[in-house]
This record gives sequence, C-alpha cells and structure tokens, in this order.
Amino acid sequence: METQAFQKIYTKINNLTKATIMLNANNVGYDEMAMVHGRMGQVVKIMGDNVILQIFGGTEGIPTNAEVVFLGHPPQLKVSDQLAGRFFNAFGDPIDGGPEVEGKIVDTGGPSVNPVRRAQPSQLITTGIAGIDLNNSLVTGQKIPFFADPDQPYNQVMANVALRAEADKIILGGMGLSNDDYLYFKNVFDNAGALDRIVSFVNTTEDPPVERLLIPDMALTAAEYFAHERQEKVLVLLTDMTLFADALSIVSNRMDQIPSKDSMPGSLYSDLARIYEKAVQFPHGGSITIIAVTTLNGGDITHAIPDNTGYITEGQLFLRMDSDVGKVIVDPFRSLSRLKQLVIGTQTREDHPQVMNAAIRLYADAANAKTKQDNGFDLTDYDERTIKFAKEYAVQLLAVDLNIDTEEMLDRTWQLFKDNFSREEVVIRQEFVDKYWKQ
Amino acid sequence: MERKNKTTGTVAGIIANLVIVKVEGPVAQNEIGFIYHPENKLMAEVIKITGDNVYVQVFESTRGLKIGAKVEFENHLLEVTLGPGILSRNYDGLQNDLDKMEGVFLKRGDYTDPLDREKKWDWTPIAKKGDNVTAGAWLGEVPENSMPHRIMVPFKMEGVYTVKNIVEAGSYIVDDVIATVSDAEGNDIELTMVQKWPVKMAIKAYDNKPRPFKLLETGIRTMDTLNPIVEGGTGFIPGAFGTGKTVLQHAISKYAEADIVIIAACGERANEVVEIFTEFPELEDPRTGRKLIERTTIIANTSNMPVAAREASVYTAMTLGEYYRSMGLKVLLMADSTSRWAQALREMSNRLEELPGPDAYPMDLTAIISSFYARAGFVYLNNGKSGSITFIGTVSPAGGNLKEPVTESTRKAARCFYGLNQDRADSKRYPAIDPIDSYSKYLEYPEVRDYLTKHIGEGWLDKVAKTKNLLLRGREAMEQINILGDDGVPMEFHERFWNSELIDGVILQQDSFDDVDANCPMPRQKYMLEKVLDITDKKFAFENFEDLSGFFKRLINHFKQMNYAEWESDKFKKYEAELEEIMKERLN
Ligand SMILES: Nc1ncnc2c1ncn2[C@@H]1O[C@H](COP(=O)(O)OP(=O)(O)OP(=O)(O)O)[C@@H](O)[C@H]1O
Ligand SMILES: [Mg+2]
Repeated sequence: METQAFQKIYTKINNLTKATIMLNANNVGYDEMAMVHGRMGQVVKIMGDNVILQIFGGTEGIPTNAEVVFLGHPPQLKVSDQLAGRFFNAFGDPIDGGPEVEGKIVDTGGPSVNPVRRAQPSQLITTGIAGIDLNNSLVTGQKIPFFADPDQPYNQVMANVALRAEADKIILGGMGLSNDDYLYFKNVFDNAGALDRIVSFVNTTEDPPVERLLIPDMALTAAEYFAHERQEKVLVLLTDMTLFADALSIVSNRMDQIPSKDSMPGSLYSDLARIYEKAVQFPHGGSITIIAVTTLNGGDITHAIPDNTGYITEGQLFLRMDSDVGKVIVDPFRSLSRLKQLVIGTQTREDHPQVMNAAIRLYADAANAKTKQDNGFDLTDYDERTIKFAKEYAVQLLAVDLNIDTEEMLDRTWQLFKDNFSREEVVIRQEFVDKYWKQ
Repeated sequence: MERKNKTTGTVAGIIANLVIVKVEGPVAQNEIGFIYHPENKLMAEVIKITGDNVYVQVFESTRGLKIGAKVEFENHLLEVTLGPGILSRNYDGLQNDLDKMEGVFLKRGDYTDPLDREKKWDWTPIAKKGDNVTAGAWLGEVPENSMPHRIMVPFKMEGVYTVKNIVEAGSYIVDDVIATVSDAEGNDIELTMVQKWPVKMAIKAYDNKPRPFKLLETGIRTMDTLNPIVEGGTGFIPGAFGTGKTVLQHAISKYAEADIVIIAACGERANEVVEIFTEFPELEDPRTGRKLIERTTIIANTSNMPVAAREASVYTAMTLGEYYRSMGLKVLLMADSTSRWAQALREMSNRLEELPGPDAYPMDLTAIISSFYARAGFVYLNNGKSGSITFIGTVSPAGGNLKEPVTESTRKAARCFYGLNQDRADSKRYPAIDPIDSYSKYLEYPEVRDYLTKHIGEGWLDKVAKTKNLLLRGREAMEQINILGDDGVPMEFHERFWNSELIDGVILQQDSFDDVDANCPMPRQKYMLEKVLDITDKKFAFENFEDLSGFFKRLINHFKQMNYAEWESDKFKKYEAELEEIMKERLN
C-alpha cells in the first residue's frame, strides 16, 4: 500500500514494546492502519494525543525515529471477480506473482447481517462421508469446525469436503499453515480443476503470527462479495483457528490485559463469534458456509479455544482415530450438527432421523460393553452383538475415507441393524421398521 | 435528572468500545449520550465518572472515531418505549425495530422506532372521569393480537392523580391523547398510549409480590412432573455447549401456558433467532389456536452485535416483561445465554481496569445476577388482579464445569436448577436435564404442594418423590453393576436399574422435534407416570438378567410408540393394549 501525498509523516516514537509502539499524533481514527518503518500497524488505543499501534510483524529493529504514516482507513480489500483463482497474504496483497486485483475497496471486518434479513439455512450439503451426511448433515449458511488433534488428516478431509460440496467459490483462509499444507491445498484444488473457483488468503508458519489476525476478515470480506453481490454459494475454509486464537492471546498479553481461562483474552468468545457469525444464508440464494479447523491438545475440548468455539458454531465434527478398526472416524458422540434437523427426513429419506439416532444409541451400548470387557467382566450376548455392530459401523459408515450417497448410508445401517439385532432392540418408529427392515 | 440544557463534552480517549469523554457540566451514572461521528451518532452509556472524565461504553463499533469528537448527553438513562405494538416485533438489544432498518447489513447509528405510530388501535376506556389513579392504573385497553393490552398511568408518575377526562371508545393512534389527569396541585397532564421507562430499574407499580404458588405448565415432562417451575418462578439451565439449552428453551416457549413470551437472544447465534422468525408465524399456540408469533417478542442481540448492547438486551427484555405483567398477564421470559451477558460485563470491567474477581469477572457479578432474577415474580396489582414473569435463563459454563462464577452466582438467584448432563446429551437422551442433580425449590413450598395436590391429584407428590427415588436407586444399581459386573450383582439390582431406565425412556426423554411428543400436557403426563409407576410395582418372573433387560426394552419401545401417538388415539390405545399383553406373559 502506497502512502499518499497529503499524509503527515511522524518520526518520533515515544515507547516501544515487543508488539506495540506509542507516539504523539493527531487526527487519528480508532482501528486505523498505519505504515511503520515499512511494516503494517493498526491503532488499538488513543489517549489524548498518545496513540498506540499494534505492529503485526513485531517491532524488532524499529528505531525511535522510524517513519510512521497513518493510512486513514481500517484494513481493506479490493473485491471483484478478479479475486477468483488468486493467492494473497494477510494484507490482501498477491503472493502468486500475479497482478494487483482491481475492484471496489471495502473495509474488512464490517457490520453483521441484520438477523431479519437472513433466511433459514435450508440447503443440504453432501460430502459422501457418512460421519457427516448421515449423522451430522450440513446445510449452506452453517458454521462448523473440525475438532482434531494436530496429527489427524483434517486438512485432507476438509479439502475433500470442499471439493464435493458443489460450492460456487471456495475461500481458503490459512493461518499458520505449514508450507507443505499450503502446497497440498494448491495441488488438490489444481488437480480437481477447481483453481478458478478458489480464493486463498494465507499466512504460513514463516509469516509473523500476529498477521494471522487479519486472515479471517479478509477471507470473509471476499466471501461476502461473492455471496451477497454475486449471489453465489460460498464455502469458507478456516484452518487453523486455534493458531488464530493463540495470536489473539499473544496480543492481549502484550497489551497487559487480564487473561481469563487458559491465558486467553476475556473477549475470546466475542472475537470468535464475530468471525463465525459471518456464515449466512441470504434470501436471494447466496450463502456463506464456514468450515473451520480447531486443533485440540490431546483431545481436550474443555480448553478455552474449542470450548468457546463449540458455544458459537453450529456443531462440531470430531475426528478421532478408532484403534479398533485402524481408521480415522467422525466420532458420533462428540460430533454434532445443529442444523441437521432442518434437512434430515425432509430433504433426505424419511427414516433418516430415527435410523441415525438408533445407530448412535447402539454404538453407545457398544462403548459400555467395551468398558465392561476392559474391566474383565463377562459379556452378554447383546454386548457381543453391539461390539460387532460398532466395528462394522465404524468401517462401513463412520470412517472419513468414505464416498457414498445418503440413501446408501441408510440402507447400510438398516442392514447392520438386521445383521445384529432384533426389531425391538433398535427402537425405531414402527412404520419405518415395517417399511425398511428388509426380510 | 432535571437539567435545562444538554451537557456536552468531547472524546478524549478510545479503547475499543470504551470511550473517555471530557465533559463540561453535570452527567449522571448510566446516563445516555451520543457521540457525533462524521456520518452518524453513536449511542453510549455512562459507566464511570472521575472528575470531568466520563467513561462511556459505546453500543456500536468505534472504528474511525477520533479524539475531539463532540458528545451530547441526553438527560435520561437507557429507556424502552412502552405501548401497544410490541408483540410479534423483532428488536435488537436497545429495542430498535430490526424490520424497520434498511439494507441487509446493520448500519451503526441506525436507531429505529420500536412502535408503529400510524396504526390505529381499538380503544375501550376502563377508568372513568373522577377516578383516583396511581402509576400503573389501567386507563383503558386495546386488543393487541387478541391480547388485552392495558394502557396505564405512566410508571414514572408519582402520587395520586384524578382522571379529568378520558376519551371514548374508538380508534386512536398511540400518540393520541387518551386521558387527561390532574395532580394534587391541579396541574393537568395529558397521557397517550406511550410511556418510557429506564431498563435498569424495576417497575414496581404493583401492590405486593407473594411467593409464587401456581404451576406453570411447560409441556416438558421432566420439568413439570419432576421439578416444576411455577408462575412467577425463576429457573436456570446450565449446560456445556450442544447439550440442548436452546432447544429446550424454544420448546418451552412454544408450549408453556403463558400469555406473552419474550425471548432474549443474548450473544447467541443469529440462525437460532431466524429459526424463531421462520417457525413461530407457522406454529399454533396449543391453547388459543392462534399463531405463536402473536404472543411472542424477540430481543435479538446476537453474538456479532456490539457487546455493550448485549448487556442492555436482558434488561430491555425484563422491562418489556414487567410492562406486560402490569397488565395482569402471564409473561414467560427467556434469556439465552446469561453467560454472554456476564462476559460483556467482564470485557468492560477489564477495560476499566477494575480489580477482577474469580475468572476475571467483575466482583459484583453475584449481586448483579441476583437483582436481575429478583425482578421476576408473581404480583398482585393495585386493582387486585395478578400478573407474573416467569424467568428462565441459560448458563454456558466454561468447559462445561459448573463450578464457575456465572453458574454459582445464578444458583444463588434462581429457584429451579435444570442441569444438562453431558453424558445424557452424548447418548441423545434429550432433554438432557439430569433428573437427580436438578431441583425445584418450589416443591418445598407448602402453597405449591397444596396447589399441585389440588390440581393434579391426591398423592401426586408422593408419586413424584417415588419416581425420584427410583431414579436414584437405579443410578446406584448401575454403578454397582459397573463395578461388580452383570453376574456379580443380584437380580434385584438389574430390576432397579431397568425400572429407572423405564422412567428415563418414557418420562424423562422427550423428542422436541416430534410433532406429538414435543408437547405433553399435564393430564397426559400424569397418566403416563402412573402407568410407569404401576409397572415398577409389579413383580415379574425372569430367568436371568438378559431376559429381564429384553423384556424392559420391549416395554420401553412400546411406551415410546405411545409417546409418539396422538393422546388417546386408536394408535395410542393399540400400543397400550399390546403393552398389557406383553406384561401379562410375565406376571406371576
Ligand atoms: N430435546 C431435544 N430433542 C432432540 N434433539 C435435541 C434436543 N435438545 C438438543 N438436541 C440436539 O442437540 C443439539 C444442540 O442443542 P442446543 O442448540 O439446544 O444446545 P445448546 O446447549 O443451546 O448449545 P450452545 O451452548 O452451544 O448454544 C440440537 O441441535 C439437537 O440436535
Ligand atoms: Mg444454545
């Protein structure tokens, strides 16, 4: 971003910390961006003529006589159809060697959609993965994260989901993405011939961590352009939101704010909600669906980051290695899609809700049986059957390497019921048992 | 606040939505001010004053705001506008009518009128010329979506007034003068259908507030049967994310026997509010046959809306509730989630650099929550009629751990505790209300006990106590079975366990997404409970515990089919008959 002729240049910094600088300046707006010694900064506090700026790239090497130029606007992005197929950094500058994008300048992190101008999310998204389509069906306009330990293949699963979801645009917001994962996304999208439908904003592990804070707003500003102005179905991928939250805590810590749980800022809920709530279904058909990744520490979902995320998003997809079958599955217990009610049994087959619940209940019985087994007790015949069912269910339905349609998922589940249980044991509405319990 | 001119000031500091204003003149704590921003005015509330530095929390984003911006204080606190036309509205936390806002995206500084100024209302006078009236007295009424909306003497008016004139029955807009009253000195005051009230103060225009005593039916079995809430009562629903707080509140708001339902979406998801907008105009109130939306008002301060307005939203909702209560109506107020409100307080307290209490919440959190819950209640009005606000809030404990400040503070304030259990939610045993940890203090009130006995039946309370006991014994039995193994315990333990499973499956679990099962009126609850308890009294013959569990599973399955069937329908009776058959086979 270039400086403009009339802008005043300041050259006296009074205070410097690791992440912030303070100087005397006038006529500065809150949230305004500034160029400090060639780095981007943003106004975070003003007291009289004392202005404090957060420097995204850190303050290392910034001298007290560095040039500070205020840009007169908050973070911005130029939006137009030219964004498609392009790769950008956290400031919206191209990193793919291509030309600058031309388009309308919009402030990022803008206001939210008036709730009464939203439509109820209602369009089913299918992914071919039964852990999602059968147990946790997604709809457009939903926001949902994968909860996964760092060693799980969440980016791969997410890329698959994105490509199968039939979105008009896929917007990737990469935060602290390893270079390998960055190239992986690039490759998969390229191989799928989808590059022209993709827009990427990427902060890799090589970039300063605090810059990540700008990524979601950039990605969602682009998403709003396509979803609202172009009325497209937009899918936003945010990975890894845990690293985003970590950057928040770095900043708040350096600003001496009182931390709340797990050294996270007290505003974590609001900070995350501001991002996730950009997911929306517009009445005109355009939509923003957010699929995110929140990496966990040893499966701990009580940590402030997954915990606050769970309170904001419309469910979560919990990835877990099932050691009984040696496959990564979408765990039916801790996973949830809260919007599935809007589509299951209506846009999918009528028996879907009951079959889904019955299978999960039986899977829970299997878990109890396994506990019994681990404690050295004898298993009943029913216990044995649930354990067998659980294994088959994990391999044939829960594993993330699946790609089948929802009818097939339901039929497979009925087959497993029939193979392992009596009609009464599955507890499903009589009409459905009569209809789908194949002789 | 009697001030001739508006006090003004200028912006001297900005930290996110906390702004420091240098003032020239007097201001009051919690006074409202507007900050002049180039394109619009931003509303703010005074939260701290030190000398001529006034700290205000801005209800909007302060992006682009500069030092030196002009501020004007309004001489009043944060107020709501009260009058006919509040029902079926969608307001934001500051009572702006969301439907009146232009554009798809919210614009800051866009403040819209909560009432419709042009609509004509069918007025019928109640008070007569010469009547002596005080604040809250009913002057007349207009039908608002078939509900009698009483037009009252403004709550702010102190002392006794004489009605000098009251307009005849007819059609009027809200701003028409409908009455003239004179005070003791003979000054005339003209009254319209509209009045204002500051949200942070309770409306006390009633005669007295007895302990609540009447059951408030919610249609939720595990609440009404086991731990009932009462008209004018308070309750809270703590639960980790995804355990079913919102679904439960929505279910209650659909089926509870209330005249007016106010839902405050406080820092939660916009899509959940959209669900209400979309569904309530379609759904019928089971008691009146009218559309649910007609009795409902939504206060939507979703999580992406400004944080300071989130705090205001629960007060706005409560004040609207108090307004309708003063009309002699039964109000049900829901707030989802009160934790987000507490977090808004925390964010501000941190910015003010106040000494933090536990988990960095403000020190006076408990007091704030208590005085809020205390505004609910059953009241006798000055005219002898009664009205009530039943309040149910959700709490979202961090990490699902109930030993955190918001849950603990709320426990001190609310009389019913509906704790959602993660294990129950995980195994889809909805509603996930833990039947053993949860409680209703109202069950200890003699007046409530009398009421239940009189209205549900002799011996009802014993049945409830017995049910709870069976559930407890069932849980103990299960623990023993888990420790000692199926074969390591006597058959009796399996019997106990399965009796509690039967109660769980038939009474506790309820499918909020099933058209029939979602709402269970009291007579049906009673019928089902008695049927289940009958079974727990019977002695059956079993060969072994597997035989026993198989039998109970069949019973539960049949009972569930009954729950899914229309009350007393042929289908219902068919399953009931089959149930009898199954039992006969086993009875010794
Ligand atoms: N009574 C119920 N019947 C059937 N399903 C339910 C019931 N209650 C909850 N659920 C299921 O659990 C999901 C989560 O419920 P809900 O949204 O009410 O949770 P919550 O406690 O409000 O979570 P959060 O704190 O994140 O808002 C629902 O989308 C639904 O799938
Ligand atoms: Mg909720």
